[in-house]
Amino acid sequence: MQPTSPNFKQNAREAIADDPLQAALAKLAVGFPMRRLEAAQRLPEFEDLRDQARDIKNHVLENLDQYLEAYEKKVTDSGGHVHWCRDAKEARETILDICRKAGAKTVTKSKSMISEEIAVNAYLEENGIEPVETDLGEYIIQLRKEPPSHIIAPAIHLSKEQVADTFRNAHIDLAADRDLDEPRSLLEEARAKLREKFLGADVGLTGANMLIAETGTNVLVTNEGNADLTNNLPRVHVVIASIEKIVPTLEDASTILRVLARSATGQDISVYTTFCTGPRRPEDLDGPEEYHVVLLDNGRSEMIGSEFHEMLRCIRCGACLNHCPIYKSVGGHAYGWVYSGPMGAVLIPNLIGMEEAQHLPNASTLCGKCESVCPMRIPLPKMLRKWRERQYKAEMGSATARWALKSWAWLAKRPALYRRVMNAGVALLGQFGGQGRFKSLPLASGWTSKRDLAAPAGDTFISQHHKGARGDQSGALMRKKVH
Amino acid sequence: MPETSKPTVGLFVTCLVDLMRPVVGFAAVKLLEDAGCKVEVPASQTCCGQPAYNSGDKADTLDIAKNVIAAFEGYDYVVAPSGSCAGMIKDHYPEAFADVPKWLARAENLSAKTYELMSFLTDVMSVSATNAEFSGTVTYHDSCSGLRELGIKDQPRALLSSVQGLKISEGNETETCCGFGGLFCVKYPDISEKMVDAKVDDIVKTGADTVLAGDLGCLMNIAGRLQRRGVDVKARHAAEVLAGMTAAPAIGEPVEGE
Ligand code: SF4
Repeated sequence: MQPTSPNFKQNAREAIADDPLQAALAKLAVGFPMRRLEAAQRLPEFEDLRDQARDIKNHVLENLDQYLEAYEKKVTDSGGHVHWCRDAKEARETILDICRKAGAKTVTKSKSMISEEIAVNAYLEENGIEPVETDLGEYIIQLRKEPPSHIIAPAIHLSKEQVADTFRNAHIDLAADRDLDEPRSLLEEARAKLREKFLGADVGLTGANMLIAETGTNVLVTNEGNADLTNNLPRVHVVIASIEKIVPTLEDASTILRVLARSATGQDISVYTTFCTGPRRPEDLDGPEEYHVVLLDNGRSEMIGSEFHEMLRCIRCGACLNHCPIYKSVGGHAYGWVYSGPMGAVLIPNLIGMEEAQHLPNASTLCGKCESVCPMRIPLPKMLRKWRERQYKAEMGSATARWALKSWAWLAKRPALYRRVMNAGVALLGQFGGQGRFKSLPLASGWTSKRDLAAPAGDTFISQHHKGARGDQSGALMRKKVH
Repeated sequence: MPETSKPTVGLFVTCLVDLMRPVVGFAAVKLLEDAGCKVEVPASQTCCGQPAYNSGDKADTLDIAKNVIAAFEGYDYVVAPSGSCAGMIKDHYPEAFADVPKWLARAENLSAKTYELMSFLTDVMSVSATNAEFSGTVTYHDSCSGLRELGIKDQPRALLSSVQGLKISEGNETETCCGFGGLFCVKYPDISEKMVDAKVDDIVKTGADTVLAGDLGCLMNIAGRLQRRGVDVKARHAAEVLAGMTAAPAIGEPVEGE
């Protein structure tokens, strides 16, 4: 998709004025964090598991080439095929090629952020193949032609009324006056529609939460079971995954599974956790005849060893979104691409370029909440600051802001001059600040457009202190009551 | 305590307190002296450099930080009435000088003895109570850097609970960012407004008449929004209350009679 990240400010303004979106975000803001906290508190070793999960991925990233080769060998040994793809285009073409060879008309899909990243749906459609999203949320946004607004809850931005409208517009073969008031009826309608698709699909395309090197297995985590129908029913199963999804062993996978659902939704484990290894074996009752893994780089290998290396530990749990006050204010679409929230703000510039995504690392207070909940202990604020450093070096952003910062820094490095200038400035502001604050002030409109600005309360502390002032201590000495 | 055994504290007053709200500086001096410290205020201090650091201006950050290190490394302790500035010195100086070996050791040395005011009082000077009085109900906002970089949560509450007449009413979202974020609040005013509105709503729900915090940046943001919305809740730095220096008007309030 064409990123709208350059319009982040405008996107954000519209999102803040969007009432259904705000209602949805208000619900998310309470639900997910509360459930995560409860899940973490139920498990005494949760913090240790976070350390272990981080260490596993650190180890993988240091030895990624070896693990990828080991993984490929296992997949091949089990009768599957691995396709290495450098970028989105190669991945799309590879998938199309597999579909064509399978004579596919319809491809069922279970939720995959990588498939969003490479925009494979539009590409398949252009080439006469119908992709059908089978995760309920993804199905809804596919009908609406929208990108996901959350990495684990793609349609979280919609109300159930909006979903009902979407279904009425899309499922025109059904009675127009049917009752769609309850979430249950929406679910059942989607289920009925999708059942036909599951049975008719020639290829099933899934993502992978992890790829296990010791067994050549891909792990799929869902709550709807749609991934299982996607990988089992069609003749061909295609897995699309990026290279950093590797973990060494089944044991490692289970460590990460223990933090994944707890961080994401507060579940101890997701409803379905599926392990797929190769195509159907003679003794298997079901399973695909062909098994392909499309292994995507798309900028990851460049991140290795860079200041964004640690981002590659991300397991896409969504906790950083659920806890981010910026995300909770503007939702996912404002970020303008398929990822969002703190992980998106770090990742998107890596994937679509720093210029296009320049707002994202800046639109953060660096409050640190994301890092405090990230199961993989990814230092997200630090990396946002790294993007700001790169931008500063590249002289991006407003020239006026840069000039103001430079002038201030110049002054801050010259204490004596700084003191004289600040004393004068404070005296000047103090003259006009008789009401204790300003409702508007030239050069400070960014501040005063939204809030009053307190006026300086007297001469600077340092000048008063050096004249021997001690402040008004009457309150302390006389135990005077104040209101 | 005899003069000689008193620890000397260099007060890093912070640029905002210095310029906007001197009473916080006086309160800090009083609290530190009452706790048995000898307090000095080096005149060569300006700012910790955080605005430059968070804007990606690494070169200026390092230059400003070098000034701070030179001005403060001679003291036993460095104390700031701000979790944000203390966090900058404590956490981010060593990080910023990571590949400047000549300065790294000095940055780490300063980091090891730098504290936020209230946690310094409780954790280092073992202060458990002050003799101040304040009649009213307050709610406390946990500033992000203090909370998440320095682990400051219980210390201010412990001290405040010793203030006679003071009642604490906790909000549900005390740990949620107020939307200040330094330059963030002027660069992204719409998002910042949304965040500070949520903060104001949470404060109003507590029924408190005063909101306290340990960082003037957050407080000016919150006070400014309270006032813009016409909400009658005052904002003060917690040190003012702890030092009994609440005769002066609250943040952004006019001097009585003017
Ligand atoms: S950055 Fe951390 S919290 Fe965010 S999605 Fe990735 S693993 Fe989850």
